[in-house]
Amino acid sequence: MIYRFTCIVCPLGCSIEVEVEDGKVKEVKGCRCPRGKEWAVQEVTSPRRVVMSVVPVEGGALPTVSVKTAEPVPKEKIPELMKFLAKLKLKAPVKVGETVAEWEGIKIVATRGA
Amino acid sequence: MFPEIPMLSYDVVVVGGGPAGMAAAIRAKELGLKVLLLDENDYLGGILPQCIHPGFGLHYYREELTGPEFASRLAKRLVELGVEYRTAARVLEIKNYSDLEKVVIFTSPSGAYQVWAKAVIYAAGARERHAFEIGIVGDRVSGIYTAGEAQTLMDLYGIMPGKEIVIVGSGDVGLIMARRFALEGAKVKAVVELMPYPGGLARNVMILKDFNIPLYLSHKVVEVRGKGRVERVKVVRVDENLNEIPGSEFWIEADTLIISAGLVPSVKKLKKIGVEIDPATGGPVVNDRLETSVPGIFVAGNSLLINDLVDYVAEQGELAAEGAKEFIENGGIESRKWVKVEKGENVRLIAPHYLSGDRDVYLYLRVSKPMEDVELRIPEIGKRMKLPVVKPAEMLRIKLKAEEIRKAERLTVEVVKA
Ligand SMILES: Cc1cc2nc3c(=O)[nH]c(=O)nc-3n(C[C@H](O)[C@H](O)[C@H](O)COP(=O)(O)OP(=O)(O)OC[C@H]3O[C@@H](n4cnc5c(N)ncnc54)[C@H](O)[C@@H]3O)c2cc1C
Repeated sequence: MIYRFTCIVCPLGCSIEVEVEDGKVKEVKGCRCPRGKEWAVQEVTSPRRVVMSVVPVEGGALPTVSVKTAEPVPKEKIPELMKFLAKLKLKAPVKVGETVAEWEGIKIVATRGA
Repeated sequence: MFPEIPMLSYDVVVVGGGPAGMAAAIRAKELGLKVLLLDENDYLGGILPQCIHPGFGLHYYREELTGPEFASRLAKRLVELGVEYRTAARVLEIKNYSDLEKVVIFTSPSGAYQVWAKAVIYAAGARERHAFEIGIVGDRVSGIYTAGEAQTLMDLYGIMPGKEIVIVGSGDVGLIMARRFALEGAKVKAVVELMPYPGGLARNVMILKDFNIPLYLSHKVVEVRGKGRVERVKVVRVDENLNEIPGSEFWIEADTLIISAGLVPSVKKLKKIGVEIDPATGGPVVNDRLETSVPGIFVAGNSLLINDLVDYVAEQGELAAEGAKEFIENGGIESRKWVKVEKGENVRLIAPHYLSGDRDVYLYLRVSKPMEDVELRIPEIGKRMKLPVVKPAEMLRIKLKAEEIRKAERLTVEVVKA
């Protein structure tokens, strides 16, 4: 199986090809740097993303505070995380950078104050 | 002037409390000026508090922040320094009595005010292009939003604008909105892009793959139908000259249409006092202190030109404040002669427009078409810079040294095959 994508590590945007056989990376072609290669391998073996959303807050200036995960989470787990976030409710005061919840060991951090 | 309206007095008034305005007010205060910042919103930050995704501040703070985080860092510094600011303060008019006499009129919950100022820094951001502007016709239905309106609803007020969504425009804003909708459980049925290539950064184009969202390149939305609410939108393919191809139209069922068709600098109030506008950037013609053609009126951020990085916006704010300081101290911005910057091959827009050669400057520019393995050249001074890729979506920022600028009468910037 060959995966083709555009590298996003830097603005160069190399066209990368990753060949995978029996769940193992055989060859990585097209990238011009080691960081791109590392990213490409991660992208085919276990892609991760930082996830952001908003959760309702009571007593703040705005009805929501924005949050993000403190680290990238496995892509296939994102829908589950979103369900967890949909149930959260916070009360003001909330500070920027405060951990407002934790999900499977991953911290959920407020990115706006309330 | 209106004798019945209270009169305040400052060295500088900053119009707009987004990143450009906050950075300008902070720098002005650091330079010892008496400064007042005004914003019509109830909060500081401009559009940043609603841009909850990461991707801000890599240059300015050397960290990747979300929009609200970037805004709150600037706001914190502003408060620490004791910068005077007012929110819910809408600027109605700027009057230009003479070089060092400006009056800014604003309304606020406590009434109307006029402010005497020696200089004004205009940082009112941009406005979004709307459905009519891009030629969409059809029923007058609810469910049509600009990307910014939808983002405000979702990310400030927690309200989903719709369930089945079509997005017009594949720039970074459109792509980021596609991800937000998909994450929150809406079905994004299509992103429709007029050009043959996506408008956004590769990392944002990847979002479409993440969520299996179809991207229609060389297509445009031409019509909306529905009773009361959007029910379906008509899409047509275009040829290489962007002309509609007869017979290629099809309908997509959706309850919501999002227009993400670009921003236009918001400069109405500047035009009214005779500030010269560059048709290419949509913002004012400026010198290397970001002073407009009206002495003492400075401009920064998206009012100057549409920026894709907030880092440059903040940088422009600081520069404008330094300009205001020099202007007030010397009674004007001096230069023995101005070196004009011209657009050469494959340069769609560029600013600043006039350089003094007294200081190093950053030129901000955009190309007209994507190209690979190119060189940016300024033939008059023999400058050449290799660039592996250029895209219209990515603003280029080039540093020129004062002594380079002084070597020529004018500078033509071109992006050509290496
Ligand atoms: C959806 C989206 C995603 C983005 N993503 C990124 C990203 O990932 N990374 C990045 O670096 N940048 C990103 N940007 C770009 C960046 O956010 C902008 O370039 C930047 O915020 C522009 O700042 P500004 O201060 O010029 O304008 P704004 O933030 O628009 O601020 C202008 C302010 O002026 C005020 N104002 C206007 N008129 C008046 C008046 N008459 N009286 C009083 N106040 C007034 C407005 O209320 C507003 O607060 C994104 C932008 C958008 C829209």
